[in-house]
Amino acid sequence: MTTTLSPAKDPMAKTTSKAGSTRSRSRNRATAESMASKQREISVSEFFAKNRHLLGFDNKRKAMLTTVKEAVDNALDACEEAGILPDLFIGVLQISETRFKITIRDNGPGIVRAQIDNIFGKLLYGSKFHRMKMSRGQQGIGISAAGMYGLMTTGKPLLIISKTSKRKPAHEVVLKIDTRKNKPEIVSDQEHPEDDVLFPDGHGTQVIIELEGRYQKGKQSIDEYLEQTAIANPHARITYVNPNNETIEFPRAVDELPEEPIEIKPHPKGIELGTLIQMLERTEASQVGAFLQNDFCRVGPGKAKDICGKAGITNRTWIKNIGHGEAEKIYNAIQEVKLTGPPTNCLVPIGSRALLAGLLKEVKAEFFAASTRPPAVYRGNPFQIEVAIAYGGAMAGDESARVLRFANRVPLLYQQSACSSFKAVTETSWKNYNLQQPRGGVPTGPLVILVHMASVWVPFTSESKEAIADYDEIRKEMKLGLKECGRKLGTYLRRRKRMKREAERRSVFERYIGEIAQSLSDITGEEPSPIYDALLEQARQRTEEADHQLDEDGNVIDDGGRLAADEDVIIIDNAVSVENGDDDADTPTGDLLFEDASPPAPAPTKKRVTTRKRVTKKKVRRKKTTTRRS
Amino acid sequence: MAKKNTARTSTKKSTSKKSTSKKSTRKKSSRAGSPVSKERDAATIDKIQTLGTKLVKSSLSRIEPRVDIPLRTSSNTSYNTRKRLLEMGDAKQQRSLFNLGMSRKFMQTVLLANGCRRLIGEGKTLSLRGMYYMSKHDVKGTKESTFNDQGESDPILEDLEVTLNSLREELHVFAKKRGTMVGNITIVDNGDEIDCRRMGTGGYAIPSICEPSVIQFKKCEADFVLHVEKDTVWSRFNEDRFWEEHNCILTEGSGQPPRGVRRLLHRLNKELGLPIYCLLDCDPWGHYIYSVIKQGSINLAFESQRMAVPDAKFMGIRASDYETCELSDDVKISLNDRDITRAKQIAAYPWFESKKPWQKEIKQMLRNGFKMEVESLITKDISYVTETYVPERLAAEDFLD
Repeated sequence: MTTTLSPAKDPMAKTTSKAGSTRSRSRNRATAESMASKQREISVSEFFAKNRHLLGFDNKRKAMLTTVKEAVDNALDACEEAGILPDLFIGVLQISETRFKITIRDNGPGIVRAQIDNIFGKLLYGSKFHRMKMSRGQQGIGISAAGMYGLMTTGKPLLIISKTSKRKPAHEVVLKIDTRKNKPEIVSDQEHPEDDVLFPDGHGTQVIIELEGRYQKGKQSIDEYLEQTAIANPHARITYVNPNNETIEFPRAVDELPEEPIEIKPHPKGIELGTLIQMLERTEASQVGAFLQNDFCRVGPGKAKDICGKAGITNRTWIKNIGHGEAEKIYNAIQEVKLTGPPTNCLVPIGSRALLAGLLKEVKAEFFAASTRPPAVYRGNPFQIEVAIAYGGAMAGDESARVLRFANRVPLLYQQSACSSFKAVTETSWKNYNLQQPRGGVPTGPLVILVHMASVWVPFTSESKEAIADYDEIRKEMKLGLKECGRKLGTYLRRRKRMKREAERRSVFERYIGEIAQSLSDITGEEPSPIYDALLEQARQRTEEADHQLDEDGNVIDDGGRLAADEDVIIIDNAVSVENGDDDADTPTGDLLFEDASPPAPAPTKKRVTTRKRVTKKKVRRKKTTTRRS
Repeated sequence: MAKKNTARTSTKKSTSKKSTSKKSTRKKSSRAGSPVSKERDAATIDKIQTLGTKLVKSSLSRIEPRVDIPLRTSSNTSYNTRKRLLEMGDAKQQRSLFNLGMSRKFMQTVLLANGCRRLIGEGKTLSLRGMYYMSKHDVKGTKESTFNDQGESDPILEDLEVTLNSLREELHVFAKKRGTMVGNITIVDNGDEIDCRRMGTGGYAIPSICEPSVIQFKKCEADFVLHVEKDTVWSRFNEDRFWEEHNCILTEGSGQPPRGVRRLLHRLNKELGLPIYCLLDCDPWGHYIYSVIKQGSINLAFESQRMAVPDAKFMGIRASDYETCELSDDVKISLNDRDITRAKQIAAYPWFESKKPWQKEIKQMLRNGFKMEVESLITKDISYVTETYVPERLAAEDFLD
């Protein structure tokens, strides 16, 4: 897998020689021949070694984050594909001031010995590039690039231990990447027949990379990345040991794996001419009709005929007879023909409920809302947007909202302002939802906004996968999702405001009642206490709305119709909204979402699933009653 | 002059004669301290208790307790053409406990009602400020004060007056003294005989409460009352012994006259049959002072009956005086926008609307584009006002009604 980049140098060579001829003949100038001897192929590895910022290894701090990120992405992808609930260990060990040893261990299916070399020792090697399937990794650059970075900065090779099953031995491979040849170079290779300490499940992979880095907590840190990963992947359990030797556990909130995404073929409208020509060169079909039907989705015999007809050829035209001109005609014909959008069953969103569970365990807020948009299409690629917000609670109220961005469940930490999701947030008018928002900015308040894009191909602005490209279709969907959540939050905030007002009213009334009772008693000679009690009772009655929030420990406020009759029932389609009144209540966990006011007993896994079902039924029932009421 | 002298001595005599017998009564009355009669005190206490009982009853029967307070606004004030005074309408404002905006005021109303009951019960009177301090304390269990300043308690007390249909005097509350009197009259103030002919340069300070139970007219020789706007003008008249020469009573109300002064003018007019002449500035405020003396004020429309002097006359300064008295340009103070709007407002009041001379007067002032103060007549001569202006008007009986 190498790409020739040398042609780019040709024009340069020409201009140099021309300039040389005009200026001075006395100096020894290079000739076309002498230059030709220096012109040679550049390996991808070499190219990326020089241009490592393209892959997210700009500086020491970011390099460390990228390394963890690539390894975690791979581990989660592997676990999910194999149907294993991910259990990850990430250890960052500080060896010297700028040198770190990063260990990432998963309980995935493991890697067979033969593939270890290529996966870790070769850039652009992997299973994900050639397919149209939703996954975290896309190009197959990540982990090997991380290994390369480590090798370049410390000279230390990668250490990989992998075990595929209980009966098979674990392999321990130490390898380097030959950057010039883009090939792995094995340093040592050992077998460990009995190694159950690392992999209690009997399978898994561990990678150790030593690199130059810098560790710093806070924004864009490994800690933040893992926290957000835990939000978007509530089915994963992550254990993290940071350089200060503190262990941080991100517990599992959902015991179900996300559905396995289906691989799809490219949609004709989503490709460019060059891609079409490449596909024509590689196809196994021999005739155009078959090519169109087999290599694309949404093209049947009828549509294939239509395209061929418009392009001035037939179904039966041989592929080998298609030249550049014909290819262009086919390309234009595809643009004219009406085609169904790509199938969307290939998308697996996190799901509103799982998203909320993830947020609930990592963000200490009092209001959560989520919305999953229906699938949509950009440039022939299906995608789906999910939005969630968390409000209030222990978060600081005077700061800008935090925007958490995800693409295929991977947190995006850099280049926030270049990202489509960020633009969608700033373009949404949050003032409508009782929030403050500076002009053209992110709203202010105790707010976390989460935007997730699931797609078979996420359009990143660069190879380091930091920001989602700003397609109108994508931004539109994001804005719709944000508005949906915003409306729910607005309703909640309005209601909360009213509760507060009622509580204030009551306190005012109660404050004065004592004075009034005493004075009236003085004037009339009646006993003050019965007057006091009677007035207090009235005050309570008149402000009884305030009780609904004071009631119990902050569950969904429902007072049997009075509030519902107003405006305030949050209609639950596929989102669940939870309101927590008190912060001093126990830290909410994912379970809380599915339990209904009953004491949250630490139920074993199986039970939890049943509880969830029960609640689902209840939600439906509540929805029905709501409609009846209105 | 001789006549005056005898008058003076006779007053002296009567004072000395009665002084012994008065002493005992004075002691009594000061001990009782009530500005009104015992019967009226009893009636007021009864009213307060009725209000209290009503509130207790509604509280105990789980009905929102509330007080109906007659509105003291211009919309609820009407001009009675027959009686020639302002009267309060029937519109009422409900002040209820369980209304966030009224809760505090409700509490304050009840507190002050109780305070007045205590005052009457103990037979003492307090100033408005005293009332404020008496009812001011922290609400139990909080740091909130029942009254933050006197500005909060004063209007509540007025509310209470109209609600109970009792006068401030009946509630045993008085205001700061304002206004001065001097002239050919002897009065008895809380048992003390006061000869207003011998008041020096300061004059007799008119008390806030001028009810018959406190002040009685003993001997009056004056032919009329001249009321001037400010004490500075009053001092000029007093220094020139104007009241002696013209045999009158000279009063002053420090701008808008307080209740005491108005009550006194009312009584001088009604009980002694003295005509009241007003010498006020030629500006909208002067016109309104005259209006208040004559018809009563909007805020205290409920008391017009006892305070207004429908027969009062406006002597000047008139807008035409600039020409008739040949005044110099130095007297002019140009009208500002506020003056103009106020003047138009006043012209539109029903009690001015029907009077052509007044419409003419206000129009001329607006046409002139300036106002004039009484003091400005000094530009002619220091004593021009006392020696020429007023005597001429009196002789010509040239008044605005």
